[in-house]
Amino acid sequence: MKYMLIMRASDEAYASFQDVDFDTILETMGRFNDEMISAGVLVAAEGLDDASTGVVVDYSSTPPVVTDGPYGETKELFGGFWILDVASKEEAVEWAKRAPMAGPGIKTEIRRVASIDEFPQENEWIQKERAWRVKTGQL
Amino acid sequence: MAGEDRPALSTGTGRQAVEAVWRIESARIVGTLARFTGDFTLAEDLAQEAFAEALVTWPRDGVPRNPAGWLLTVGRRRAIDTFRRGAALDERYAALARDLGEGGAASGQVGEPPDAELLWDPDRVDDDVLALMFIACHPLLSAEAQVALTLRVVGGLTSDEIARAFLVPTATVQARITRAKKTLAAAQVAFELPPGDERRTRLASVLSVLYLIFTEGSSATSGAEWIRVDLAHEAIRLTRVLARMAPGEPEVHGLLALLELTAARFPARVRDDGEPVLLEEQDRRRWDRAAIRRGRAALAEAGRVGRGLGAYGVQAAVAECHAVAPSVDETDWERVVLLYEALCRLTPSPVVQLNHAVALSMARGPAAALPLVDELAAAGALSGSHLLPSVRGELLSRLGRTEEARRALQRAVELCGNDRERGVLRRKLAALG
Repeated sequence: MKYMLIMRASDEAYASFQDVDFDTILETMGRFNDEMISAGVLVAAEGLDDASTGVVVDYSSTPPVVTDGPYGETKELFGGFWILDVASKEEAVEWAKRAPMAGPGIKTEIRRVASIDEFPQENEWIQKERAWRVKTGQL
Repeated sequence: MAGEDRPALSTGTGRQAVEAVWRIESARIVGTLARFTGDFTLAEDLAQEAFAEALVTWPRDGVPRNPAGWLLTVGRRRAIDTFRRGAALDERYAALARDLGEGGAASGQVGEPPDAELLWDPDRVDDDVLALMFIACHPLLSAEAQVALTLRVVGGLTSDEIARAFLVPTATVQARITRAKKTLAAAQVAFELPPGDERRTRLASVLSVLYLIFTEGSSATSGAEWIRVDLAHEAIRLTRVLARMAPGEPEVHGLLALLELTAARFPARVRDDGEPVLLEEQDRRRWDRAAIRRGRAALAEAGRVGRGLGAYGVQAAVAECHAVAPSVDETDWERVVLLYEALCRLTPSPVVQLNHAVALSMARGPAAALPLVDELAAAGALSGSHLLPSVRGELLSRLGRTEEARRALQRAVELCGNDRERGVLRRKLAALG
């Protein structure tokens, strides 16, 4: 079973990260990733660039409103994700508890990654997506 | 949504949470305790006792902040209790008890360890886990015992889980493990990495156990299939663990490649009604592309670290030929033939020779392959199996020798022990008209 571990944090929590030595972050995250690789469970992982360089498209109105950076109305930001191949949700939770993160407003959300096999296979768009996965080797 | 703000406490504290911690930590805990005590059998007992204690206290008091440290502390405390009991008899145990007693591990209360990081020796932990794999797959043990012990101490599965996966009673699994531990103790097998020249043969034993776990999971067609696919995935995970610890061994990467590439076909292998789907009829779009990518990367690694592929690597290369081919017709059968020729030299067996003949029939037609199959039949190879007559029937049918084909397929139907496979053979027979 594949689970996505999504790093979430409040903007204040992210701001506090600015004070942490970057090499230290690389090392602690590196150790955590290394442990998951050694255990044979890590399938994919990506980190997101600074939220201040992001853009938010808000569909509350038509046409949608585009704002630079999520600061202001957003309380929580995504920082990155891991995808783990584990035997159970509990195991994904255990790995998340080991992530080198601590502090108020910092969270990891754990969500099962649905497989394309769970969708109606006769659907034309599912078939198109499958063809793309076949060509490009996506998860 | 109504339930959105309700925290799901059960996920963090129940028996399943303890088992999840155990799956992650058991190898390192048993390995570390085995190094501390110099006694694998004792270490396994201690680790199981610590796990049992966790099953009682964690659901009640919550999972400790550092679960691994907690388990190790309990294990060490139990070790000291054991040693104290035996100390009067054994000077060595007395010395160990004194050493282990330092740092407060001997105190009755199990709280958070003062500095759990110090409990692990990061330079040793990989070697400990590797030594654990070697001892669990020790050639003194029967294949069944090797499998059960590996899944329990390295994989962190409970006896119940192993029993369910192998469709045997839990007591049978426990008996196998107890017996295996007694054998290892009686033979005074040391907990260590095998020395130089022994290492290669001992590694082969580990690889064959992992392969056996995988095939047990992947050949299942019974109702409990989903559990057994889990078993195949556990074999893959353990092989990944091994590949990290023994990166210079080409056959470890070869086996990993073979398992990933074989598992990639799982989604296409069984129809919704449970009928098996033969390779040539599988919907290749359903193959797991990420698994194929991982398998090919592992195969490339096997080629990089070795001087030529070993038997697992060559089988993986065959699987790769299928994985990259858009259809049966577009498969590079000449390459498959060459690979099977190589495999016939590395691990000669009638099954490999039969596969070679099948590949040859795909590359150059049935007439090229039939003499090889006839030769095997004349030698009396695979006499009790349906494999040979079913291949022979297929070849004869393609050559238009219908009467002979019918006789061969009828023979195959008689010999086939698997209902679903027999169904496939009967359909072939009916197609002859």
